[in-house]
Amino acid sequence: MMHLTAFNRAEQGHILTPRLETPFHDQLAALSETNDWYSWAGYKAPHSIFDTELEYFAIRSTSALFDISPMVKYRIRGSDAARYLNRLTVRDVAKLGVGRVHYTAWCDDHGHVLDDGTLFRLATDDFRLCCQERHLPWLLDSAGGFSVEISEETAEIAAVALQGPTAFAVLEAAGFAGVETLKPFQLAEFAHADGSVTISRTGFTGDLGYELFAPAKAALSLWDRLWTAGSGFGLKAIGYDALNRARIEAGFIVANADFITADAALRADRERLPDEIGLDWLVDPQKPYFNGRDAILRARTKGTLKHVLVGLEIEGNIPAEGAIVYHRGKKEVGLVTAAIWSPLAKRNIAIATLSRPFGASVTDNLWVEIYAMRELQYQKLMKRVRVVSRPFVKLDRRSATPPGRF
Amino acid sequence: MKKYDVVMIGGGHNGLVTACYLQRAGLDVIVLEKNAWVGGAATSRELTPGFLYSNCSYVCSLFRPEIMRDLELPKHGLQVISYEGGAVFTRDGDYLASYRDHDSHRREFARFSKRDAEAYDRYARDVTRQCRFIQPLLMRTAPDPFSFKPRDLQEMLYLAKKFGDFSPAEMAATLRFWTMSIADFLDEYFETDVVKAYLALSGIIGTALGPMSPGTAYVLLHHYMGEVDGSVGAWGYARGGMGAVTSALASSFKASGGTIRTGADVAKIMTHRGKATGAVLADGEEVLGKLVVSNADVKRTFLKLVDESALPERFVHRVRHFKMRGSSGKLNIALDSLPEFPALPSGSSCIRGDLHFTDTIERMEKGYDDWKAGRWSADPFVDMMIPTTLDPTMAPPGKHFVSCFVQYCPPKVEGNDWTDADRDAFAETVIKQISDYSPGFRERILHMEVRTPREIEQEVGLTEGNIFQGELTFDQLLFNRPVPGYAQYRSPVRGLYICGSSTHPGGGVMGAPGRNAAAEILRDLRHAPSHMSSAHDVI
Repeated sequence: MMHLTAFNRAEQGHILTPRLETPFHDQLAALSETNDWYSWAGYKAPHSIFDTELEYFAIRSTSALFDISPMVKYRIRGSDAARYLNRLTVRDVAKLGVGRVHYTAWCDDHGHVLDDGTLFRLATDDFRLCCQERHLPWLLDSAGGFSVEISEETAEIAAVALQGPTAFAVLEAAGFAGVETLKPFQLAEFAHADGSVTISRTGFTGDLGYELFAPAKAALSLWDRLWTAGSGFGLKAIGYDALNRARIEAGFIVANADFITADAALRADRERLPDEIGLDWLVDPQKPYFNGRDAILRARTKGTLKHVLVGLEIEGNIPAEGAIVYHRGKKEVGLVTAAIWSPLAKRNIAIATLSRPFGASVTDNLWVEIYAMRELQYQKLMKRVRVVSRPFVKLDRRSATPPGRF
Repeated sequence: MKKYDVVMIGGGHNGLVTACYLQRAGLDVIVLEKNAWVGGAATSRELTPGFLYSNCSYVCSLFRPEIMRDLELPKHGLQVISYEGGAVFTRDGDYLASYRDHDSHRREFARFSKRDAEAYDRYARDVTRQCRFIQPLLMRTAPDPFSFKPRDLQEMLYLAKKFGDFSPAEMAATLRFWTMSIADFLDEYFETDVVKAYLALSGIIGTALGPMSPGTAYVLLHHYMGEVDGSVGAWGYARGGMGAVTSALASSFKASGGTIRTGADVAKIMTHRGKATGAVLADGEEVLGKLVVSNADVKRTFLKLVDESALPERFVHRVRHFKMRGSSGKLNIALDSLPEFPALPSGSSCIRGDLHFTDTIERMEKGYDDWKAGRWSADPFVDMMIPTTLDPTMAPPGKHFVSCFVQYCPPKVEGNDWTDADRDAFAETVIKQISDYSPGFRERILHMEVRTPREIEQEVGLTEGNIFQGELTFDQLLFNRPVPGYAQYRSPVRGLYICGSSTHPGGGVMGAPGRNAAAEILRDLRHAPSHMSSAHDVI
């Protein structure tokens, strides 16, 4: 083992590359026609690769590869791992079988959501937690009294999402035999190169899709394997802007975009209970004690929940991103955090946070004010909205098992 | 004999801020400055040809942007430049850098501890929350809790409401923060010595307390609540040195018709029947004024300039016991070339920021132990900056001005007055420490100014050389600063006001005390302060 000081010094040069490249960067850079990069948690990530519009249709009509390596990943192992995660997160981990994945969230003592993410049960005592923000001190501090080992493995594990109607066909052509048996939220290991890749039937698009996790050094060969297999199935590399459209249609929320995580909130009133951001269905009051439990249940009993996150359908076809929501066209009751014209639903949709009771018991007479900039002039539009359930788009192919080939 | 509307004693930054606001309100103001130059502790001095020294204060963040704007300081030459970060060197030959880029900053911390790297955001959030609470209080006169005047009641209510808006958890956090030691506070977030040492420095600068002394967490906040152009907590260099702040103020003051007399050393504040009537200079000349405002610290003002017989006994007692202890010294150095730090990779941005050589809190605390024993720290804490890496105006091309703030440095050496030999030995301690990390540093020195509390008191007039005109501990803040019952810039002597850092909200080149004092004076004169902006909203 390298001496600690020597290790520290070897890392000094990180400042020379303040934007790290993901394990897939070489391929992304080679494919990129737009050279349109942004920083995702300190990594170069593409807004687009060739054309956002067409990239979106790759997700919905053929298949798309999206590099999710910058997503923060923690590994939790040990004989108490399940018990530990059950105390940490709001959903019941005892119900999460080996080889399964579930979407979950975790809260501070006041029940305020620290983040949402996906929990992968790789083995009885081996889990991977994926999320948007960084939580190592929180995870370590929560581990007192549990026999667990927690490590951060963001850089070590390359991850890519393969999403779209031909996603299964691509995997099949790539030789991942047996992948057809995977049901939604199920994972399995498959041989790749001289190691293995974990494939889960998960994604952020609401479509048929998979996520592949492999050691960083296997990333390039994994990409090539998929890319070659995908040539007959319309496989395209995509950037975040296309994915974002798909995730809005699927009704998924993004931390620090659709809600503010408690650790990032400079203003205390921005913190949110799970029930205030549409995550009430994750909370399992029947399971053993978990962090934030009492505060969440108290707010439910006392009726002190202040906000609600809802799906909106807006009349007209102008996206309402950032629009203020009004009741009776006058009283300000909330904010649209994400909005698009949905090509798949042919509807004008949005995700919004409203102050209760609006959006909860009062859902009529709601409006959004859209400021549409058209050739240096705002067209102010007051449009009626309807609170609708999410997802905005529900695709049978997402859950069909065995999956279809297109 | 001419009688001015206002006689300002001292031309430091707060005195000049007050003078500017009063002159702009139509009053006839004269500033009396004992030195041949204005600026107090915000000066740029050419002590060796071609080099400008920021020879007291050396960085800028706290100076309120509202004041810069009200007094048109940019028009009068003030420019503040953000700088890039900095580093603390470790004894094993490594360093911990601070970078402006969020992810680089995290990766740098991760070299030492992955946990600490990911703890920084929560730490920054908590400190920022405290800053957001205190920022609006800076530009308001603290209420007198014993007064029943409508305005005091209203201000108490404002404070209570601000505090009352907190959740119980936030209230607890605030109370803890205002009273904890910086070491304890940092322990709640971080595990690595060097990370804590780097962050702790803001909790002890200018303060005669160690990092383990209660109250130092607040001192840290005092250094975080500034900004450069809206970037809260950021620090910058005043282009041309800290004298650029006061020369812009002086220029603004003169442009609105004010009078500055340098070389005018005030020996006494004249009083007649409990009212201030002017100042007597060292040569006996009298300068008459309807009002007198003192920019000098509270001890100098009331224990030296005002006759004790004109003051209430308890007031004098409180002033005497106001904590204003000298704890720091300063080396200002002209260098022939940029110093080398073998630990830093070439081209590192760290050299353009603050450099430290103290890698554990324990070393800082031991430095404080020396101070308690009446000695300067054998292993001092040095905040070293090289503004000429960003500012081309302060030294000839290729040459550099180095500012070294040094702590701890006692007001007396084992009970005796400082001697020149002590001063030189103190300087040697510092140069030796720097040379340990920068071989050849000594050989590059072209000129050096060494300032112990003795020199700072003699020249700048700060009692014991205390840079804040009184320590920033909770017992000496808000309506207790400097003396309970006299926290509103007034004094027991009618017509005599104080406007320096001894008053709320305290020290640093902030200008808020001077601005608030002007507001109170104008209130007494029933003059609407329409030319004075309120604090920018914290939204």
